[in-house]
Amino acid sequence: MTGGLLLQAVVSGLLLGGVYGLVASGLSLIFGVLRIINFAHGAVMMLAMYTTYWLFALAGVDPYLSVILTAPLFFALGVVIQKVVIEPNRSAAEHNQLLLTLGLALFFENLALVLWQGDFRTVRVAYSNASFMIGEALVEVPRLVASGGAVLMAVGLFAFLRLTDVGKALRALAEEPEGAALVGINVARIRAAAFGLGSACVAVAGALITPFFYVAPDVAESFNIMAFVVVVLGGMGNFMGALAGGFIVGLAESLGAAFLPGSLKQLVVFMIFVLVLLFRPQGLFGGSRDR
Amino acid sequence: MSLLEMSGLTKRFGGLLAVSNFDLSLDAGEIVGLIGPNGAGKTTVFHLIAGFHAPTSGKIRFKGGSIVGSKPHAICRLGLTRTFQIVQPFAGLSVIENVMVGAFNRERDAVAARRLAGEIVDFVGLGPRRDLPARSLTLSDRKRLEIARGLATRPEMLLLDEAMSGLNPTEIDEIIGLIRRIHARGVSLLIIEHVMQAIMALSHRLVVLHHGEKLAEGAPGEVARDRRVIEAYLGEGA
Amino acid sequence: MIARAAGALAVAALVALPPLLPKYHLEVLISVLFWAYLGIAWNLLGGYAGQFSFGHAAFFGIGAYTSTLLLLQVGLTPWVGMVLGGALAAAFGLFEGYLSFRYGLKGPYFSLVTLAFAEMLRVVGVNTKAVGSSLGLVVPSTRAAPEMFMFSGKLPYYYIILAMGALALALTWKIGRSRLGFSLAAVRENEDAAETAGVDALATKLRAMALSSFLTALGGTFYAQYFAYIDPTISFGPGVSIGALLPAIVGGAGTVLGPVLGSFVLTPLSELTRYVLRGRAGADIMLYGAILVLVISFLPQGIVGLVRERRARAGRR
Ligand SMILES: Nc1ncnc2c1ncn2[C@@H]1O[C@H](COP(=O)(O)OP(=O)(O)OP(=O)(O)O)[C@@H](O)[C@H]1O
Ligand SMILES: [Mg+2]
Repeated sequence: MTGGLLLQAVVSGLLLGGVYGLVASGLSLIFGVLRIINFAHGAVMMLAMYTTYWLFALAGVDPYLSVILTAPLFFALGVVIQKVVIEPNRSAAEHNQLLLTLGLALFFENLALVLWQGDFRTVRVAYSNASFMIGEALVEVPRLVASGGAVLMAVGLFAFLRLTDVGKALRALAEEPEGAALVGINVARIRAAAFGLGSACVAVAGALITPFFYVAPDVAESFNIMAFVVVVLGGMGNFMGALAGGFIVGLAESLGAAFLPGSLKQLVVFMIFVLVLLFRPQGLFGGSRDR
Repeated sequence: MSLLEMSGLTKRFGGLLAVSNFDLSLDAGEIVGLIGPNGAGKTTVFHLIAGFHAPTSGKIRFKGGSIVGSKPHAICRLGLTRTFQIVQPFAGLSVIENVMVGAFNRERDAVAARRLAGEIVDFVGLGPRRDLPARSLTLSDRKRLEIARGLATRPEMLLLDEAMSGLNPTEIDEIIGLIRRIHARGVSLLIIEHVMQAIMALSHRLVVLHHGEKLAEGAPGEVARDRRVIEAYLGEGA
Repeated sequence: MIARAAGALAVAALVALPPLLPKYHLEVLISVLFWAYLGIAWNLLGGYAGQFSFGHAAFFGIGAYTSTLLLLQVGLTPWVGMVLGGALAAAFGLFEGYLSFRYGLKGPYFSLVTLAFAEMLRVVGVNTKAVGSSLGLVVPSTRAAPEMFMFSGKLPYYYIILAMGALALALTWKIGRSRLGFSLAAVRENEDAAETAGVDALATKLRAMALSSFLTALGGTFYAQYFAYIDPTISFGPGVSIGALLPAIVGGAGTVLGPVLGSFVLTPLSELTRYVLRGRAGADIMLYGAILVLVISFLPQGIVGLVRERRARAGRR
């Protein structure tokens, strides 16, 4: 293992980490407020990637610019999912809600397959191959933009949660579901907002990675599972932790890839996952949140 | 030798000393009342005895052996069980099935367990509702169910945590009668209760807990006249 | 009375009719019974004990790989291999369960741990040459050799999975009425209360885990012998994990017949959508996803729950 390879792995890991962090922040927000594991999160990301792709392919809209459209669009989709599919089943068993999101994931993924077939599509823009060197490590500009953009978006989300009334209501709901209802927060509305915001986050993440990532119906499956890992690492419902967790998983994965043959890097990630779940289910950064 | 005995019992939750250096000893055949203002640490004492929390320090002995560190089910099998202040029925199971869960501690066989459970369901007065799901019961019946489930494990010692709270006077009288009948079956009892007339009538001995510490102990009449006890209750506005 | 007669009729039909069925229908029926079987196995842990596993593929895969590797490498008959696979899966289940339950993992956290364990095995399988990596393993199936769990035609496999399902069902029924069954229900409903009633919650959950993983692994061997091919994604992927839990949930978790009813609804439904929407890749699963959402929304307690509710409403108890 040369220093250069190690540096490259660290750089790649950090660049990946920001995107994981944003995907996971969205998932964590949904978990924190709704207490459900959203299996459709990756599928929403995939749909956002197709939206970005088609905006580019049909109207020539730059992927970064398209965020202005995809974010509100997928916020709306999230709200609709929550209001139409999840909310009516609020009183059902916890696992039923998980299965609803699973059904949605199957639906969306295969909808994409039906509409656009399984081929890999790519968005080629002028800056797709732009890169520069830091020491011996190659930094691809689109990845840097994606990671940076993701972090910005995540920070924006935190600011929103801290500073606005809706944000405060979201946090109140995540911390004290009954209490929030008592102080007169319209809980159903806030839950819809949570699903909307979570979906908008993952949509932005999807848009940001299209300049260097292929688009296909099952593209986000691996992101989905990675996002679970990140969310658990950061502490379920801990949004800031999710961002930090993103970087940890990004690093673990790229270092694993540098050190281990084949796809064994995933093993490293899963092992971290299981260890955290077993020994620190409140996450690496959480206080003693109950399980 | 006392049946249940604890000494120096202490439980700390972070910065909060919920139970502090608490001593208590109960003989077989006794009914002891544990009282104190809200948040005094009474339920915590039950959690410690029944094995739900590990004490920060202190000893607990049941029938001569230490039960510190034992899990609740193991303590139950030794012959000590408790009810919950906030009733915890198996909501999806019927009344008789709830009680059968306890009965299986003494009877391996389902037919025998059902027979024992049926007997106890009748004993607590839930006979007519034996096949209803527990979730459909009134609070008063849930409290009885809680007691029945405990009784079915055939305990030598039963800890009752506010078996009467939330009940109307008639229901309270019924529970008092029930507790007397349980005692008559040879079960020793430690009872937490806020309903004063009830606890005064039932207890052979009263122990007062305040801010986690034992404030007073003695015959119900004496304790009720104890200045410190009166102040503790008035001071809390309770 | 009517239910009993209908049940007897159904059993008679399941035993007597299949030899008369055309090949395709027999295959669908095998598929129905196969998923019903996995559902029954999952139900012991997920339904009766209330521990929602999202990673039963781990046990399924261990079963499939153990018997197949033993067959390929040392020529051991899968009849024995499947028991060994079951034992290995149970050991793995106990390991997984002990770790999880020991640290009090519940609900979604437990689901995620089980998912992670299955995914880990999948990744290991994909990266291990000795077990065929992602190419998988082909089970020799050219000759008929009953003592080697190899048969010509589908019918013998049908009766095998029917027998496995019937035995698993009988086991579930028996457990439901036993001390263990009551302990499972108690733990599912309220762990603290179960403990005060003398139920060892950890031991109870571990028992459910061991039984459930053992039975699931037997299903893995059946699959390997019947389809004569396994690979890490088939065996350890989320497809099996979901396929095992869905019949139980849709039919009625924690009920004896739930997984069977669930599979008799879901499996033909998925076959039908596949048939009707053939030639359009993904359309069938898309529809299946939509149906899943509808079923969960309108049958939150499963088919058995619906029937019970109807009965309770009709005032007949
Ligand atoms: N698990 C816990 N973690 C932290 N603090 C706790 C815990 N359980 C109890 N406490 C605290 O310990 C103190 C004693 O509580 P406890 O429930 O024992 O009181 P109590 O005497 O039963 O009151 P009440 O009459 O209201 O039931 C309270 O201040 C309570 O907030
Ligand atoms: Mg209390």
